[in-house]
Amino acid sequence: MEPSISMDEDGLKVQLYGEIDHHTAKSIREATDILIQQKRPQTLRLDFAHVSFMDSSGIGLIMGRYRTMSLYGGTLKVTNVPEGLEKLMLLSGLGALHIIENRKA
Amino acid sequence: MNLLNEMTLHFESRSCNEGFARAAVGAFVAQLDPTIGEMNDIRTAVSEAVTNCVVHAYRDTIGPIRINVKLTADHVVIIRIHDNGIGIEDVAQAMEPLYTTAPGEDRAGLGFAVMQSFADSVTVRSKPHKGTTVTLRKAIARRVNHG
Repeated sequence: MEPSISMDEDGLKVQLYGEIDHHTAKSIREATDILIQQKRPQTLRLDFAHVSFMDSSGIGLIMGRYRTMSLYGGTLKVTNVPEGLEKLMLLSGLGALHIIENRKA
Repeated sequence: MNLLNEMTLHFESRSCNEGFARAAVGAFVAQLDPTIGEMNDIRTAVSEAVTNCVVHAYRDTIGPIRINVKLTADHVVIIRIHDNGIGIEDVAQAMEPLYTTAPGEDRAGLGFAVMQSFADSVTVRSKPHKGTTVTLRKAIARRVNHG
């Protein structure tokens, strides 16, 4: 399912849905990168609340957007990470970047 | 090894089959009544292995992938993911975390690291220009009857 995108005073928010793998990450990456270039937001939030599955392609997606946002002088935040994805996020070393904002309540 | 059940899948190395493969293996393994965590571990490891076939083994081409799953009487799942692709010259190097031959595509280089972390054991046999077989093993804990 395509991500839904909203923009407010906090920056750009990309709400992700369903399963993130190498196949689905491609369209998410393309949609997000176009928006970053057009809007140049100070903050990009990737919201994982409705993500039911993710493999290391999701980590690549996060790392890539982190680099793109850094290039434009902005910041990336990863929010609402479901419990089932925490093991992978931890393993990837993403914790060291301090971009994971909060767990899913 | 006492086998409870076995199945084999054949499909093409199209990226849309990554989701199919992990769903099919997950549905088969469900017979052993895994926890949500165990199921997620298996689906994730299978997804990584199949993605390697799509991205690396059959780079710029489409080829066959075979997955064989055995369920043993002592509750071990043995998953073999086989391709006839380009193979891996240096398996030890390929398994190093962050090593990737496709850095321009947001590949994190974590595929094997994730398999090793999410399965109990991972073995890789590969011959250049012949193909690669990845074998994942994972024990499924027996659960007490909750009534």
